[in-house]
Amino acid sequence: MKYIYRLLLIFFFAGTVLPVFASDDEHAEHDSHNTHQKEKFEPGSFIMDHIADSYDWHIFTVGDFHATVPLPVIVHSQNSGFHIFMSSNFHHGHSAYKGFSIAKEGKYKGKVVEMVKGHEVRPFDISMTKNVVAMLVSMFILLWVFISVAKAYTTRQGKAPKGMQSLVEPIIIFVRDEVAKPAIGEKKYEKYMPYLLTIFFFIWLNNLMGMVPFLPGGANVTGNITITMVLALFTFVITTINGNKAYWKDIFNTPGVPWWLKFPIPLMPLVEVMGVFTKPFVLMVRLFANITAGHMIVLAFVSLIFIFGQMSPGLGYGTSVVSVLFIVFMDMLELLVALIQAYVFTLLSALYFGMATEEHH
Amino acid sequence: MGLVTPELGTFIWMLLSFGIVLLILAKYAWKPILNALKEREESIEDALSSAEHAKEEMAELQADNERILQEARKEREAMLKEAKEMGSKLVSEAKQKATLEADKVIESARLNIESEKLAALSEIKVQVANLSVEIAEKILRQQFADDQQQKNYFKKLMDEVKLN
Repeated sequence: MKYIYRLLLIFFFAGTVLPVFASDDEHAEHDSHNTHQKEKFEPGSFIMDHIADSYDWHIFTVGDFHATVPLPVIVHSQNSGFHIFMSSNFHHGHSAYKGFSIAKEGKYKGKVVEMVKGHEVRPFDISMTKNVVAMLVSMFILLWVFISVAKAYTTRQGKAPKGMQSLVEPIIIFVRDEVAKPAIGEKKYEKYMPYLLTIFFFIWLNNLMGMVPFLPGGANVTGNITITMVLALFTFVITTINGNKAYWKDIFNTPGVPWWLKFPIPLMPLVEVMGVFTKPFVLMVRLFANITAGHMIVLAFVSLIFIFGQMSPGLGYGTSVVSVLFIVFMDMLELLVALIQAYVFTLLSALYFGMATEEHH
Repeated sequence: MGLVTPELGTFIWMLLSFGIVLLILAKYAWKPILNALKEREESIEDALSSAEHAKEEMAELQADNERILQEARKEREAMLKEAKEMGSKLVSEAKQKATLEADKVIESARLNIESEKLAALSEIKVQVANLSVEIAEKILRQQFADDQQQKNYFKKLMDEVKLN
């Protein structure tokens, strides 16, 4: 546990020291922006800004001072090749750098675009955005926690679990005994355990980190459709690769269905093939929607404070009490959702693996 | 729309890093952890079953002991009984032998006595005969001192013979 505090401290300092470099001498440029913000609070864009990915990691804003951690922008332009620079060069999206800028509206709103002949063109963009960095941080935590736990198992062989080991052991056993074994079966579950454990802990950790409002949390990793897409893709690929004869036979020649549903128009096979793709698709959408929705509700309650605060400061303070109560309630709910969604994703993946490898009865 | 549009950059980062992390975790974390858990469970199961086994063995041993004790007791009883029987048999045999011997002795004694008696009787007979002959001689000597008397007696004897 000691190490976790140390780690958090490092991130906390990284988050407070770096912004000083990032937000030097930018007052002039932000003045107009701030006065614009003060004029009217827009809850829609406020919420979207917080949910969406971004090129820098915003921590807080006090007056004109924006504390942000700049992140590397890596783009490949068809005209000028690869470019790697810090996102602080965009000055929070207000200026262009090397012909690149962050689109303020349109199809590529919030993304890096290149002006080519008066048109906004999206370059090949593999920038380490906020979500990417948060994801990498979470993966670093995963690696560090579980490799050290694994080490504890070898050094403390035959002894009772201790510390972090005793924290994660019941969860690992839960995934094994309550998810993998019943869904896949005693004989074949072992092969899928590493994947199931990895997605379970990855999703859970990122759900939790997404709820923490400061560094290294605050990024909406599991509420990002790309992230959930990759996770679902892994499940899909593993299911498809491991699908046995019975699995494919069930799809293309579904048993227990009247023959005219398969011939001459292969209606059932069509539905079944669609099912193969909808299963991971639903996995992707479920996780994304659940986490994003939770964040949206919390942010909506925060927005309420500003909306009423704009009407009159007193009203704003009054609303804040109610809002904070609701946010606390929502956060409690989200804590639960964080675990449930990790469990559901893992369980459904395990069920799909079980279906793909089931022996015919 | 930006919210639900997958980003290629994020996709590549996630695909690569998740894949790598999955491989590393599988090799260096999950495998040793799951193996250790399995091993521990097996060792606990082993210990439990061996304890159960030991218990059973103990019970068996106890039963064995009890059985051996019982057998020993039975054997002792049998031995005692046998000894008793042997003793009584010996006694009865001895008694029988003694009776037989006694009978024999008595018989021989009886036979002896009988023969002694016979001998004595014959002796007595001889003696009596001699005595009676003597007496008769004496009587005759006295009686046949006179002739008349001799004639009378003779006559009387003759009569008796006729009567017979």
